[in-house]
Amino acid sequence: MTGALRAVLMRDLKLAFRAGGGAGLGVVFFLALIAVVPFAVGPDLPLLARIGPALVWLGALLATLLNLDRIFSADREDGSLDLLLLSPAPLELIATAKGIAHWLATGLPLVIAAPILGVMLGVEPKALLALSLTLLIGTPALTFLGLIGAALAAMLPRGGLLVAVLILPLTIPVLIFGAAATSAAVTGPMSFGVPIRLLAAISLAALVAGPVAAAAAIRQLRD
Amino acid sequence: MIQLVAENLACVRGGRRVFDGMNFQFSGGEAVAITGANGAGKTSLLRLVAGLLPPEAGSVSLKGAGEDISSSVQLIAHLDGLKGALTVRENLVFSCELLGGSNGNVESALHTMNLAALAEIPARMLSAGQKRRLALARLIVTKRPLWLLDEPTSALDAESQNTLFQIIDTHTGTGGLALIATHAALPLKNLREFRIGGVAQ
Repeated sequence: MTGALRAVLMRDLKLAFRAGGGAGLGVVFFLALIAVVPFAVGPDLPLLARIGPALVWLGALLATLLNLDRIFSADREDGSLDLLLLSPAPLELIATAKGIAHWLATGLPLVIAAPILGVMLGVEPKALLALSLTLLIGTPALTFLGLIGAALAAMLPRGGLLVAVLILPLTIPVLIFGAAATSAAVTGPMSFGVPIRLLAAISLAALVAGPVAAAAAIRQLRD
Repeated sequence: MIQLVAENLACVRGGRRVFDGMNFQFSGGEAVAITGANGAGKTSLLRLVAGLLPPEAGSVSLKGAGEDISSSVQLIAHLDGLKGALTVRENLVFSCELLGGSNGNVESALHTMNLAALAEIPARMLSAGQKRRLALARLIVTKRPLWLLDEPTSALDAESQNTLFQIIDTHTGTGGLALIATHAALPLKNLREFRIGGVAQ
């Protein structure tokens, strides 16, 4: 069973990082979004530092959503979803492996890029680590909540639109606590510990519920 | 010896009753050609047996194999299930690891399906026939008792078709069962025909 999960994880990573795989797309979008904000807002560093955390989290959310709908739909289109369903490994664990691959290809690069963007937004050097930490803890929630939408998108006609419609409301708590934790680290005076713990709780819950719901959606809607 | 048994099997697709009240019993060692008009339900029957489609009514069971029918099935469907960005070998190794086969069979499968020279080429560079051969190579790397083959000879040249027939004969000769949805003549040993249709439109 572990062989099957490792195979899915490694295959999805190879597909993501090879030409046209889309692994770089999210981080490029993230960088582009944050890079143009100072031009739109103007050279007001205190303002940029104040809205920076929210911008970083909005950028992370949108960058994660970019190729989320392809997690299962690409497998459905080329017939490899049938192979996944015939594997002895439970579909829930296969969905988990696919979620981890998506996060490694999309979420982790955002975490790594965040300090650079923090500098551009006038975030103080001592808060850059906290900025990355909030994304490290919070972006798995975006991916694993997104798995549910990705499964529906693959199994329903014109399901791509559903990803955004269904997933955005679910991600609002992640956005609230992610931005709150980042704000606490950057500007204070709020406690950093409370929102970061809630963010971690949401991520852990999404890690469990997302693959189960995604597998249920695929089983119910297969045709 | 495995036995595939269906009782009062019914299938509905898109509101249309494709077939109804279907009963059969096939045993290991047989190759069964499933024939019928377009839309008669050949593909639906294979997907239903594989557990990829829920039946509208009735049941299908595989006796003499594992409890979970899906884990005893090897399906070669219309879509080859290949990733164009992966090499021929990577595609085969992935199928093998996913379906619980042995990596030791990968090289022999590549040679048998005449793909050894193409092993390091991305699958997107293959012709339709070569992609079909790569999909069929999964039959060799993963030993499962029940093969469900949907138009397996499509896009294959005469030599590749003969190789496929030999593989199927070897499988049935060792107690395996093969269900083959086809419109083509199959020169196989222990071949029986199961014709479906009647309510197809």
